[in-house]
Amino acid sequence: MLLVTCPYCGPRAESEFNCGGEADIARPLATETLSDREWGDYLFMRHNPRGLHREQWVHTHGCRRWFIAERDTVTYEFRAFETFATSKSGSQS
Amino acid sequence: MSQSHRLPKGGRIDRALPLTFEFNGVRYQGFQGDTLASALLANGVHFVARSWKYHRPRGILTAGVEEPNAIVQLETGAHTVPNARATEVELYAGLSASSVNAKPNIEHDRMAINQKIARFIPAGFYYKTFMWPKKWWPKYEHWIRRAAGLGTSPEHRDPDRYDKTYAHCDILVVGGGPAGLAAAWVAAQSGARVMLVDDQPELGGSLLSGAATIDKLPARQWIERIEAELRHMPEVTILSRSTVFGYQDHNLLTVCQRLSDHRALANRAGARERLWKVRAKRVILATGAHERPIVFGNNDLPGVMLASAISTYIHRYAVLPGRRAVIFTNHDDGYQAAIDLKNSGAQVTVVDPRQASHGTLPNTAARLGITIMNQTVVLEASGRRHIKSVTLRSYTQGRLGAPLPSLACDLLGVSGGWNPVLHLFAQSGGRAQWHEARACFVPGASRQAECSVGAANGEFALGGALQDGMRAAYAASGALGFKIQPVPSWSCPVIAEDALLPLWLVGERAQIGHGAKQFVDYQNDVSAADIRLAAREGYHSVEHVKRYTAMGFGTDQGKLGNINGMAILAEALGQSIPATGTTTFRPNYTPVTFGTLAGTELGEFLDPIRKTSLHEWHVEQGALFEDVGNWKRPWYFPRKGEDLHAAVKRECLAVRQGVGLLDASTLGKIDIQGPDAATLLNWIYTNPWSKLEVGKCRYGLMLDENGMVFDDGVTVRLAEQRYLMHTTTGGAARVLSWLERWLQTEWPDLKVRLASVTDQWATLALVGPHSRKVLQKVCPDIDFTNAAFPFMSYRPGTVAGVAARVMRISFSGELAYEVNVPANLGRMVWEAVMAAGEEYGITPYGTETMHVLRAEKGYIIVGQDTDGSITPYDLNMGGLVAKTKDCLGKRSLARSDTAGEGRKQLVGLLSDDAMVVLPEGGQVVAQTTSPLDTIVPMLGHVTSSYYSPILNRSIALALIKGGLGKMGESVAVTLESGAYASAKIHSTVFYDPEGARQHVE
Repeated sequence: MLLVTCPYCGPRAESEFNCGGEADIARPLATETLSDREWGDYLFMRHNPRGLHREQWVHTHGCRRWFIAERDTVTYEFRAFETFATSKSGSQS
Repeated sequence: MSQSHRLPKGGRIDRALPLTFEFNGVRYQGFQGDTLASALLANGVHFVARSWKYHRPRGILTAGVEEPNAIVQLETGAHTVPNARATEVELYAGLSASSVNAKPNIEHDRMAINQKIARFIPAGFYYKTFMWPKKWWPKYEHWIRRAAGLGTSPEHRDPDRYDKTYAHCDILVVGGGPAGLAAAWVAAQSGARVMLVDDQPELGGSLLSGAATIDKLPARQWIERIEAELRHMPEVTILSRSTVFGYQDHNLLTVCQRLSDHRALANRAGARERLWKVRAKRVILATGAHERPIVFGNNDLPGVMLASAISTYIHRYAVLPGRRAVIFTNHDDGYQAAIDLKNSGAQVTVVDPRQASHGTLPNTAARLGITIMNQTVVLEASGRRHIKSVTLRSYTQGRLGAPLPSLACDLLGVSGGWNPVLHLFAQSGGRAQWHEARACFVPGASRQAECSVGAANGEFALGGALQDGMRAAYAASGALGFKIQPVPSWSCPVIAEDALLPLWLVGERAQIGHGAKQFVDYQNDVSAADIRLAAREGYHSVEHVKRYTAMGFGTDQGKLGNINGMAILAEALGQSIPATGTTTFRPNYTPVTFGTLAGTELGEFLDPIRKTSLHEWHVEQGALFEDVGNWKRPWYFPRKGEDLHAAVKRECLAVRQGVGLLDASTLGKIDIQGPDAATLLNWIYTNPWSKLEVGKCRYGLMLDENGMVFDDGVTVRLAEQRYLMHTTTGGAARVLSWLERWLQTEWPDLKVRLASVTDQWATLALVGPHSRKVLQKVCPDIDFTNAAFPFMSYRPGTVAGVAARVMRISFSGELAYEVNVPANLGRMVWEAVMAAGEEYGITPYGTETMHVLRAEKGYIIVGQDTDGSITPYDLNMGGLVAKTKDCLGKRSLARSDTAGEGRKQLVGLLSDDAMVVLPEGGQVVAQTTSPLDTIVPMLGHVTSSYYSPILNRSIALALIKGGLGKMGESVAVTLESGAYASAKIHSTVFYDPEGARQHVE
């Protein structure tokens, strides 16, 4: 069981969290102008790197806030945790 | 015969506390402090087991956790423990145990015949032999499983309780031997929070098995001092009788603490075992080493024992396992057992393949007059149920030489070197490295914040182990920022050592498989010949050989034999041991009971149960309940003599013709507030929300980004910037999480706040033509005329004296009101409404009637009529998808697959025989005139099906390919009997298709 550091609450057991998969996937605007392929890329295509992976996590059984973690998929080591306020992915809507 | 092999003094046993116990029906005596194994040996009992496959007699081989042979069934009935290791079972008064895998008993084992045919059943025998004819395999399997095996599972419910707890510490030390004690002491001195976990009843580890000295005093005094100081420090926790069985990610270690198994059955109280989940900043692994046997002929005879186990039995338990002993060792440490035996009055001969050794221990042995035969090996042991003699051969330059006279004995101690216990290190992600000089695998680079010390690190000498433990503790404390104290100086006598001569397998290679069996894995009866056979047959990976021969698959997981097996495989393949590698060390280190893993999460504690504020009223009325998510919902309210069908028929007709009352409190409720609340709703629902007036309700469908319906419900605009969203009962948590995620990750600039208010409200659905009249009696301050309070609107008011939110919405097609009051007042209001409705025959009803009523109207249940692959268009609800705005999932509705022809669509079904209720889940196929035993394409399936009392016939909903274009067509539906029923495709609305009833004046 991983030890996940919630940027709001601190280190907690993985069982308090859910992982939301790859981070930095912005929902496209003007979706009706997209081709099926472009929309499909957004919906289905994900990176599966060996090494550093930026992913979304939520402290489900805690503060219920989402944040971004950088995790090594080989060693499971977390390199960084950031909030959406400080994240480079930020808001785009 | 009373304790014939007990030494007159010494040992860690309490002679003042004799204990009577029973093994295989015979009564014996031992002492407090014994293990079952030591007590049996004290009584001269070596032969304790029959082996797994060949049913050979087996004895006690070790004195610890690595024991492969002495597996017993402990106790009977509900308290029985299968496959307990006698070397680990602490003796208690009245203990009763028996051998496993021997019928009718160990002396007269029916399956012992397998020894005679052993030549014909090598590794892979079952795979090769019992494959033809294929259909007979189940029969074969039945007999093979009966013939092979270990203990039997308990047949009764486990009477014990189990605990679970969490702990955090700075430094976790695993193992309470010399290295672990040194590490724990130094770490604790630094002020760090330390946990020391040890699997024995008392600390000391290997020091308990010998006569070592530290600072010129018996090691026992050093242990006592260290332990006393540790116990005085408030930041130190010591767990004894506790096994770290798993090293998980991010330094989480799982520990099983045995709390009561060492007590007599009658004296056990409280939890039996406790599972600790310990998160440690640093871990120091002082897990020690296991001595490894040498493989030779009949090396499994009772009376063959690890040399170090002999020392343990002498020093710790005051048991002399034999009086005429041979020690077969290829390194100096093996001489310790010879010295201990000699000092206890036994005759000893040492057989050593090395040319000579001038180390401290061999010199001491020689001085004591022990016969030492160098350049000699044990080729074979002889005896029927106990060792009687050994066959010796001379041995030079790695070759067997001339036969030597055999040597009579009643005990053979074997030592082939040490294997560091790498299990936890390997589980932490580390890789083992071959250490050529010490001829063993040692820990390689760390992958987590851990460090192996002492024998676990290949540092087998006492002085070195103490140093190793101290060093690691300094490094760990320092890294965590604790103040480092001056170095203690613990002195130990220097023991000079000559090098070990690696020796894995003794025997003429050409003869292997023809003479006496040479066991590698005792527990699974894997011999050297089996491994060489596997290599010949092309299994070159150690993982494949393991699976082909079953080596290391026993309950001991190959602790004792695997390294020997790898060495024998390496030789057979003509490659080095490191090139052959090790198998994977997986959790758990030792078997863990299911009870420990389950803890208290059993029965009704497995999952939370949610009850509404009206629950007890339902119970008092004799309701039967149905589980919806975690909720208990009343299913139906049977009257005397009624079954489900009779009750539901009565309830349905009461609602359609009079008035009924449903507890709808479980519906999910989310309070949505803020200036951007309508914007959020526009994104979440397919239909538009900007123009919904305050006081109005609207039904909405939610899609996931794939365009599939995932929840639905009515949302009410309570105020200018405030909405109350209703979700399905089971979907409430999912919907809240969905909204939160989008708000936080994609639209953080939307000014909206969400709160789950499901539990705060009791919701009463008052349904039926008389509902208005009933509600008016208890709600004087709302104008209930159609014009003032039309369908799909909301009014605040007072119901039975309680401030309430009243919504005129309907899930049945009848005139209906949903009354929401604070949950704490729910029951009072419910009873007031029931009293007001009495003159109209008000009828409480449950979820089954609710389902029938909604199906009569074609209202969907998300998750029953949809399955995550259904769009609004598939439901014929495309009108709810706004053309003028985007929403989540909308773009997916235009994808080629989603918009294409031939999708399954929700339709109604009327069976030709009105009395036949089609089975839910029944497959729908095309109606044909030909017999239906041929393969026909599936068109879809029935999603909802009921008998409708108001229509006096059955009705069903189904998802059928292109169903909306097939109105009136006939299809066939499979029945549970295998027959088919004919049905016609119909609109989903079976009752009141104009929808007049819910708008009634």
